[in-house]
Amino acid sequence: MLEFLENIIPSSPVALVVFALFPMVIIIVYALFAIWLERKVAGFIQDRLGPMRTGGFHGWAQTIADMLKLIQKEDIIPKDASSFLFKLAPFMIFTASYAAFAVIPFSSGYIGSNINIGVFYLLAITSFLTISIIMASWASNNKWSLVGGMRTAAQMVSYEVPTIVTVLSVLIVAGSMNLMTITEMQTGNDIMGFLPNWFIFQNPFLIVAFAIFAISMLAESHRVPFDLPESESELVAGYQTEYSGMRWGMFMLAEYADMLLLSLLGATLFFGGWNSPFGTFMSGPIWGFGWFMLKGMLLVFVMMWIRWTLPRYRVDQLMHICWSILIPLSFVNFVLVALWEMIF
Amino acid sequence: MPGKPANDKPTYDEANRLMELSAILFYAFTVLTVGSAAYMVFSKNIVHAAFALIFSLSGVAALYVLLYADFVAATQILVYVGGILILILFGIMLTTLDFTENLKTVTVNMLPASLLSGAVAVLLLYVFFAAEWTTIVPADRDGTMYDLGMMLMNEYLLPFQIAGVLLLVAIIGALLMSTRHKNEP
Repeated sequence: MLEFLENIIPSSPVALVVFALFPMVIIIVYALFAIWLERKVAGFIQDRLGPMRTGGFHGWAQTIADMLKLIQKEDIIPKDASSFLFKLAPFMIFTASYAAFAVIPFSSGYIGSNINIGVFYLLAITSFLTISIIMASWASNNKWSLVGGMRTAAQMVSYEVPTIVTVLSVLIVAGSMNLMTITEMQTGNDIMGFLPNWFIFQNPFLIVAFAIFAISMLAESHRVPFDLPESESELVAGYQTEYSGMRWGMFMLAEYADMLLLSLLGATLFFGGWNSPFGTFMSGPIWGFGWFMLKGMLLVFVMMWIRWTLPRYRVDQLMHICWSILIPLSFVNFVLVALWEMIF
Repeated sequence: MPGKPANDKPTYDEANRLMELSAILFYAFTVLTVGSAAYMVFSKNIVHAAFALIFSLSGVAALYVLLYADFVAATQILVYVGGILILILFGIMLTTLDFTENLKTVTVNMLPASLLSGAVAVLLLYVFFAAEWTTIVPADRDGTMYDLGMMLMNEYLLPFQIAGVLLLVAIIGALLMSTRHKNEP
């Protein structure tokens, strides 16, 4: 793809920038769509219609209108806030999730950086998300922000352990950390004659691993039932309390980008990435991109569905689930995955 | 360049431009590293200092990337960002923004510290001027992951295991220290 861009764009640094901006386009289009979808899903689950008027067809332009409103709003910085860190935090959180998209193979023809430490880089760079939230919460100089930030730190540090262990169980099946290689290994339909070679079908214990990954994914992107950092009934809006206008919009964008990132990571690790479920039928770079986004959006939809179905856990229950259930289970499962790989 | 045949070797011009680009990146990250390190040392607010330390260490990680040490760079970010997170939490627990007027870091032991840092600076400068710097761009830019794993699991297995045991001892020690009050009546 970079070579193609260099052929049509005369200057190679400009081609490189266009190449690097490709995930940004996806994130922004996705965020506009996903916020609308979230309202529609919420509406339908609660037996109402959701936004219906803006733009005509089922209120499709609602998010665009909201974004234009956010851009026009006054930029308020509290007098006693730590000004520099307060301004920096929203940009840093979006940078962190955007940087992680560099190693996601969007299709067989596009991956930002085809490096061998792909998954490891992704896990490392997303730790900046936690730092940015702590930065926002501390710089706001607000007790609700601070409590929300402390909860975020505890939650993200705890749930990183089951996430990393389940990712590791996929890596021992794959034998590579490069997400492109991992996806290429899942090409073909050989299991029981018709099932695609996705990792979730290759090893029965990876189904358990995916269940653990899905739960920790909800906690890592702090969605309901694990949205303690911004639980509005206790903390107003958590670390976002003092933010308004487009700075708040950046947090929203980063949150949705984070959802997409973790869903796409799950789709790559367990559901074959850009591979078509029908073997060579409907496969190719463009179809692959479609399949990949479809798989990611399905996982995003499940996260929305859970949000409007389950109530929120308490802080102690959250920690209990992680340290007493998920972490031991994920370690046992890790050994079982490895044993299955050794025997078969 | 339009009409350029695909898959040919980079020409001298292109290679030159890439070198220029990495030089610009190198100086940008150097400024980031040194600038935030200086801010960390001179800042009186411990939370600000901790945040500055993050930027300094991230700049070092970027320098590792420019040295083709991708695994070390990612480890640097993973380990230090997590570690500094805990540092910041301690900072917040010790002080909140309202009370920073009372709790500021103070400068003590000015003379021994200056002497020690001066000595280290002289040593580093000596190494810098005495060493023969060679620039080798590795032909194979596939990353260091595979070789590193092979070496850790074969040649250096014992040190690797000992480091693991050391970390386990540290974890158990931390647990023991934090739960001592509950065991004693």
